[in-house]
Amino acid sequence: MPREAVADTHPLDEILRADRLPHIWCPGCGLGTVLGCFARAMLACGIPLDRQVVVSGIGCTGRAAGYLNVDGFHTTHGRAIPFATGLAIANPELVVTVFSGDGDLVAIGGNHLIHAARRNMDLNVICVNNFNYGMTGGQLGPTTPQGAITTTSPYGFPEEPFNLPRLLAACGAVFVARWTCLHVRQLEATMIRALQKRGFRFIEVLAPCPVGFGRPNELGEGIDEMWFYRRQADYDPQVALETLEIRMRKDSKIVCGVFVDTERPTYMDHYREYVLRKVEGGPGEA
Amino acid sequence: MKRRRVLTGRHFLLGDVACAEGALAAGCTFFAGYPITPSTEIAERLALRLPEVGGHYIQMEDELASMAAVVGASWAGAKAMTATSGPGFSLMMENLGLAVMMEAPCVVVDIQRGSPSTGLPTLTGQGDVMQAKWGSHGDYEIVAYAPSTCQEMFDLTVRAFNVAERFRNPVVILADEVVGHMTERVVIPPEEAIERWERPRPTVPPGELLFPFAADGDLVPPMPHAGEGYRVYVESLTHDERGYPVMSPEVHDQLVRRLNEKIRRAYHQLVDYDLVETEDAEVVVIAYGSTARSAHRAVRLARKEGMRVGLLRPITLWPFPGHVVEELSARVRAFVVAELNLGQVAREVERFTDRPVYGANHAGGRMMPPELILPRIEEAYRDAQGSRRRYTPAR
Repeated sequence: MPREAVADTHPLDEILRADRLPHIWCPGCGLGTVLGCFARAMLACGIPLDRQVVVSGIGCTGRAAGYLNVDGFHTTHGRAIPFATGLAIANPELVVTVFSGDGDLVAIGGNHLIHAARRNMDLNVICVNNFNYGMTGGQLGPTTPQGAITTTSPYGFPEEPFNLPRLLAACGAVFVARWTCLHVRQLEATMIRALQKRGFRFIEVLAPCPVGFGRPNELGEGIDEMWFYRRQADYDPQVALETLEIRMRKDSKIVCGVFVDTERPTYMDHYREYVLRKVEGGPGEA
Repeated sequence: MKRRRVLTGRHFLLGDVACAEGALAAGCTFFAGYPITPSTEIAERLALRLPEVGGHYIQMEDELASMAAVVGASWAGAKAMTATSGPGFSLMMENLGLAVMMEAPCVVVDIQRGSPSTGLPTLTGQGDVMQAKWGSHGDYEIVAYAPSTCQEMFDLTVRAFNVAERFRNPVVILADEVVGHMTERVVIPPEEAIERWERPRPTVPPGELLFPFAADGDLVPPMPHAGEGYRVYVESLTHDERGYPVMSPEVHDQLVRRLNEKIRRAYHQLVDYDLVETEDAEVVVIAYGSTARSAHRAVRLARKEGMRVGLLRPITLWPFPGHVVEELSARVRAFVVAELNLGQVAREVERFTDRPVYGANHAGGRMMPPELILPRIEEAYRDAQGSRRRYTPAR
């Protein structure tokens, strides 16, 4: 029996590269939800799509840029932020989002992450945290909760992970938020707010990786981890940042919210003040 | 402080500064780098000069970030560059490959020092010749210039930008510390006399550029920039003509061949070299960078002793002027390759000749003394009987 189309159009037709679908992500993965939130935010934020650019690094989340019908770049592992820095400086009209994973941004790209935050570079960073390296089959990363089982921590991860909101707030990010991919309304609203803001913005989004992380850690399938988020999630924007670590245990909370939303001069503001103002009259005769 | 982009006139300039001025004259608008001896003066000069001419200087947290930012800036339309030395050049290999894959025009200056590893930070070397060609993983072609004078630091940097733009490929200035740190007369021509090439650009409006990585006869596709409305997807993965990732051996082979072939096909347009007194030469010395100047002296000393000796100075190390070696092989008895490494270009020379190849080598740390080359010339002149022999490095 031939399949009938139930709808001729989709609300995200304008912004998705439909010719690249279906995407590569596993059943139960949270990335599709996060991408959906971001796609809606891109349409709703009021910034023309032709000015919006998405840059990704390597990994499952790194594939996000390739599904969005805007200028997109799939760069090298860990280098999405410095690549985006070059784009943003060379054309300050661009609104540049870095959409990548925890391993890419925080492990191999960790140095770039903290320096871009320090500079208050005009970048919107979406960090999807699934607590492991999904693309390579579930290895530990710097966000893996202590004690968690991965293919490279078969006895349990002995180290302590990063508390990302606290790290980014300490480095000077002007906007720091965390949601899980269950919180689609809040996440979309937060992404719109972040897109409309200037300076270094950072959104951590927790997402299930049932294949790499959920199963070995008895979180079950993707839907089970969503239930886990629902039970454990707490909303507290006034929370002390040092308590924001994630344990992923039944007796621990996942605190969500917008923790930092402030203003300070961006990299380009400072550059204009400290450099360009001293170069009298700007560019010389060519 | 307002100053001109092109400082037309006669100057007495440090090699590194001449390189920076060449970049400005070529239209450079973006520099991202990390300080490293002996290239730092390039960064210092551009930190001062780029803001004066409407460009932008940023010092990144490391060379990984520097090279990534250069590729990003290039895709936003900038004429972008970085400068470094061996240890930083090693870190840049990752995103040099990205520039190749994304076909991002850019210039990488490597002022070579004694190596491997941290080596001799303040002293010269020529040990990065093979790294420039093979240092990043996979098959790619690179264009690399070896300046011998401060004037060439200026001239070849201009050319490096032009070639990078024309072919949408990274281009390397492979200088050595001696050239970077010596001061000589540099003549900067009037701006209108400086040729500037631009990258090929789409001729169709946004919405009609369906295959942004499809190329015509010259194999170089037109380059849209981020923010122009073309909504192009640019991949570090193997990609098809739409820019979409494809996991297919056929598409991979096609892409890698095109990326290589666009440079290989332009060999005769790109290759450059100098020949000195080779018409009657029985032995030809091959040397580049500062070593070519020592070699020129050695050739003159040999001629004084009655030996018919000439000099081939590759100006492009990549592509290597192999056809010149081939042509010379028909009439010379032997080659002497003088270089501040243990035989990198000598290896390349051997690919193009059946004549004996003698090395005049030093691992670096000082400029090549002519006295080290002369005995090798004498040896080559005396011993070479025209039979195929293995490369004999200097003892």
